[in-house]
Amino acid sequence: MGIIKAVKLAFDYLKYDEDGNVQETQRAVDGVDVDIREGQFVAILGHNGSGKSTFAKHINALLLPSDGTIWIDGINTLEEPELWKVRQKAGMVFQNPDNQIIGSVVEEDVGFGPENMGVPTMDIWKRVNESLEKTGMTAYRHHSPNKLSGGQKQRVAIAGVMAMRPKCIVLDEPTAMLDPNGRKEVLAAVHQLNKQENVTVVLITHYMEEVIDADHVIVMDDGHVVMEGTPREIFSQVETLKKYRLDVPQVTLLAHELKQSGVEIPDGILTTEELVNALCQ
Amino acid sequence: MIRDITIGQYYPAKSPIHRMDPRTKLFGTLIFIISVFLFHSVAGYAVATLFLAGMIIISQVPVKFIFKGLKAIFMILMITMVFNILLTPGEVLWKIGIFKITREGISMAVRMAIRLVYLVIGSSLMTLTTTPNQLTDGLEKSLRPLNKIHIPVHEIAMMMSIALRFIPILLEETDKIMKAQIARGADFESGNLIQKVKNMVPLLVPLFISAFRRANDLAMAMEARCYHGGDNRTQMKPLHYTRRDHIAYVVLFVYLAVAIGFRVMGW
Amino acid sequence: MSIELKNVTYTYSPGTSYQIHALKDINLEIPDGQFIGVIGHTGSGKSTLIQHFNALIQPTSGTVSYNGEDVWAEKYDRRKLRSEVGLVFQYPEHQLFESDVLSDVCFGPMNQGMTREQAEEEARKALHHVGFKEENFDKSPFELSGGQKKRVAIAGVLAMNPKILILDEPTAGLDPKGRDEILDQIAQLHKVRGITIVLVSHSMEDVAKYAQRLIVVNHGEIAFDDTPKKVFAHFREMEPMGLAAPQITYIMHALKEKGLDVDPSDTTVEEAKQDILEALKKINSPLLKGGVKND
Repeated sequence: MGIIKAVKLAFDYLKYDEDGNVQETQRAVDGVDVDIREGQFVAILGHNGSGKSTFAKHINALLLPSDGTIWIDGINTLEEPELWKVRQKAGMVFQNPDNQIIGSVVEEDVGFGPENMGVPTMDIWKRVNESLEKTGMTAYRHHSPNKLSGGQKQRVAIAGVMAMRPKCIVLDEPTAMLDPNGRKEVLAAVHQLNKQENVTVVLITHYMEEVIDADHVIVMDDGHVVMEGTPREIFSQVETLKKYRLDVPQVTLLAHELKQSGVEIPDGILTTEELVNALCQ
Repeated sequence: MIRDITIGQYYPAKSPIHRMDPRTKLFGTLIFIISVFLFHSVAGYAVATLFLAGMIIISQVPVKFIFKGLKAIFMILMITMVFNILLTPGEVLWKIGIFKITREGISMAVRMAIRLVYLVIGSSLMTLTTTPNQLTDGLEKSLRPLNKIHIPVHEIAMMMSIALRFIPILLEETDKIMKAQIARGADFESGNLIQKVKNMVPLLVPLFISAFRRANDLAMAMEARCYHGGDNRTQMKPLHYTRRDHIAYVVLFVYLAVAIGFRVMGW
Repeated sequence: MSIELKNVTYTYSPGTSYQIHALKDINLEIPDGQFIGVIGHTGSGKSTLIQHFNALIQPTSGTVSYNGEDVWAEKYDRRKLRSEVGLVFQYPEHQLFESDVLSDVCFGPMNQGMTREQAEEEARKALHHVGFKEENFDKSPFELSGGQKKRVAIAGVLAMNPKILILDEPTAGLDPKGRDEILDQIAQLHKVRGITIVLVSHSMEDVAKYAQRLIVVNHGEIAFDDTPKKVFAHFREMEPMGLAAPQITYIMHALKEKGLDVDPSDTTVEEAKQDILEALKKINSPLLKGGVKND
């Protein structure tokens, strides 16, 4: 069993009327089967409202399944009375950098998770130092988060999660509110953690460029998993992706268009280099 | 103007005051505020001024920064002074129409102004040298006995520290919303009072909605980071008094004694 | 009809140690009818720049004039200016406040002095022009999706009938389809209503596709101001500014270097495709064995 395993996972958002009775149920995640191995870098793609964020919140038990089961490192989230034990295995980084930083000084924020877990003071400092180092934020440890750029704030949030020493990090559209430089900065930090610390990464995004380097891509639509495979397998299906309100990197689109016009090049070209090599043999 | 509020802002430095235990600083601020109300003569205010000036110098916070905080209370200050000058009965110095300016009024106004200004400077100095987290830690620990009478001290302290962190964010947001509505022809300046209050709706609704949204997000982010109340929680920066704090307490008690002495002697 | 900035300088907190020059000696003209892209990294001064266009910010020195009149002259009606030069900020959440969509869009026109009936007529027109469906007019703006909120926010400014529409990153946070829909709608406004568009964007691909003129702001100064093609020819100089050319530009340069006869100034997928096909035909490339399919 992988570190994250979901079987027939379903989740209903409930709408209550004034008397507190369930008025309407809306199925946001429907019959999702996922198995993610330790150390993998998995990207989940989907348009706004496809259910990808709802699924992500199951990974650290912020939401519990309405139906089906999800196991995080072998723990069934429905059967664990102390949910924070699941949460320390799977940390989560959210979209809005301002709304997830609790401390007023960078290092104090990074220490927040370990404090909650009851880690002894000396160990907290060790963890904070390590996490700041790993995310390249040591130079900013005494700064106020309000004075940092968006990319830096997200790195602080990642450091805060790393200080909990999780086996897995879930990032829910961490770059949606950042500029291109901030996006690169955050992505580089995440990839580094994945490679050097062997942390399992689940990246939720709708920026296609961020998916190219993932090991595995899951595409969601209307609460279902509709496509699954390597980035190359996913991106060779340009038309199908468009149907799901997504697109492909420009280089992939160009290669696809050329192929449609009769040029004989392989499917699913992902980088400039690949295209240039295919065209100028 | 909203950018001028320095209460709640932290000025990073490594002065002895920055390194002091927040409980010492809280207690010190309290003593200073009491002293400002005890003193009521020029000599007394001189002692308070000396004390405050000394603290500012030790704190290494630029004076300019401290005085910026006063801009925000300028209006309140002016209003209190005018009311005191005009409404205090006593020996009439000048009479303009129905307005009488009395000697007692002036002295009262000056005294009120000094108290208000010193109060703001004193508390700004505390917040400028203490991170909101330390401050709330200090409050939490000083007020811990209240837990016995079922006051949720940890929760209150946590709320305060979050509020302090979000003040600058919400102020900036207010500015942005105002601009977005001015771009749609909103008018926040003209009209009578009722009109003005009504004109605030397009500003307040988005601000409240955003604040609730942030609160919601933050609650989720805290839960995701294993927050489950104050039980079994450890601290990264636990508070303990050092020699520096012991010296500070001695200085504070001497100062308080001087202030009480002045009062008793009627100086 | 134009906005003109002459020697505009803007300084935050002048005279203090926090003094920051956000804009330095900017000279710029925004004539009628253009579709202008503005790019620059965060903190480059581009947001400060566009807020000068509708007098939300007063320059520290220099003049901003609209149709030849100084907008900071004593008697100048700046509220009227703001209805002619509409500015839509990045987050629709910063302006939506009414209980239903239609009333929210009416806010601007009613501030201009219209009656509710007149305002509603303008609001309906504006909502229609941004592709917002009539059946959702009564919905609360807070229940809408990100893309729909964005449309309502744009309609809220459009209903004031501006001659110039400035949009600050209108596609931030939208998914790819939502992004394309909004940009197509904006291009449509430019074409059909003849509105001058100033589009602030982080996406080089988007400005390359839509803008006729591209202004690059860096360190409070205008680094480039030309057609997108000519600006992107400087992509090596733009990289240290934290910017890049569209991916297509890089591909075309790489192909050219490898000896394929293509135009390196191409910036869009469509241009690049035509160009590569021509080049491959010219050299009788074996890749075209099956012949070119025209679709």
